[in-house]
Amino acid sequence: MRSVNIGILILFCALLIYASFGLPARGDNQAVVNRAESPAGSPNAASYYIENAYRDTHTPNMVTAILADYRGYDTLGEETVILTAGLICFLLLRREPKKKKEEEEEDEEE
Amino acid sequence: MKKNEDNPITTLISSIVSPFIMLFALYVIFHGHYSPGGGFQGGTLLASSIILIRLALGSEMGQLQFPSHLGTPLGSAGVLIYFGTGLTAMFFGGRFLDYSFLPIAHTQAMQRSWGILFVEIGVGLAVTAILVAIYDDLLGEDSDD
Repeated sequence: MRSVNIGILILFCALLIYASFGLPARGDNQAVVNRAESPAGSPNAASYYIENAYRDTHTPNMVTAILADYRGYDTLGEETVILTAGLICFLLLRREPKKKKEEEEEDEEE
Repeated sequence: MKKNEDNPITTLISSIVSPFIMLFALYVIFHGHYSPGGGFQGGTLLASSIILIRLALGSEMGQLQFPSHLGTPLGSAGVLIYFGTGLTAMFFGGRFLDYSFLPIAHTQAMQRSWGILFVEIGVGLAVTAILVAIYDDLLGEDSDD
């Protein structure tokens, strides 16, 4: 059973590595996913970002420019989600110091 | 929680490694314009270096480095930096989060570049503080101890 597991794992690894050779180059404007018009005929934003990200934001890393500038609202929402998670943990899990002292006193009495 | 036992290897290695993780975290945050990285990744690295000290040297030393009552305020401050960047742009005549109206640089592209930097700093601060705060909350230790 163990050898079958490992065999399937290696097969899947090989499949993924083989598939990765078919990926378009980074920033390739002529790749199907990056064309200004998708095969179905709808407009596509990716080619605008590839062509104009450096001119607009003076940032060579396209991903950062999209994440923080073009999609600024989205990142703001993500950060708010993280803050909310922290606040919920604070509200649910943080113990008050008083309760701990009372517990210790109860333990001593017992 | 079990009391911290003094293990010289753990103490030495973690206190040597932690500053380098912190330096790399700052590099990831501030070099996010040129290389893979940004606020989320750098903030996570910074939090990991702080949590490493808490795990290895005990929470007393960890409290000296980063008091746990700072977690929530700093996280809120990070979000406020983000909001403040957007509101500053709005105040100077643009739309919300339209960095090209920030009164910093001369060309529009450089203004946007600076805006991205401020936003990433805010994200990094918030992620660091919130991750450390969640760790402290899960551990259930009081900051007074």
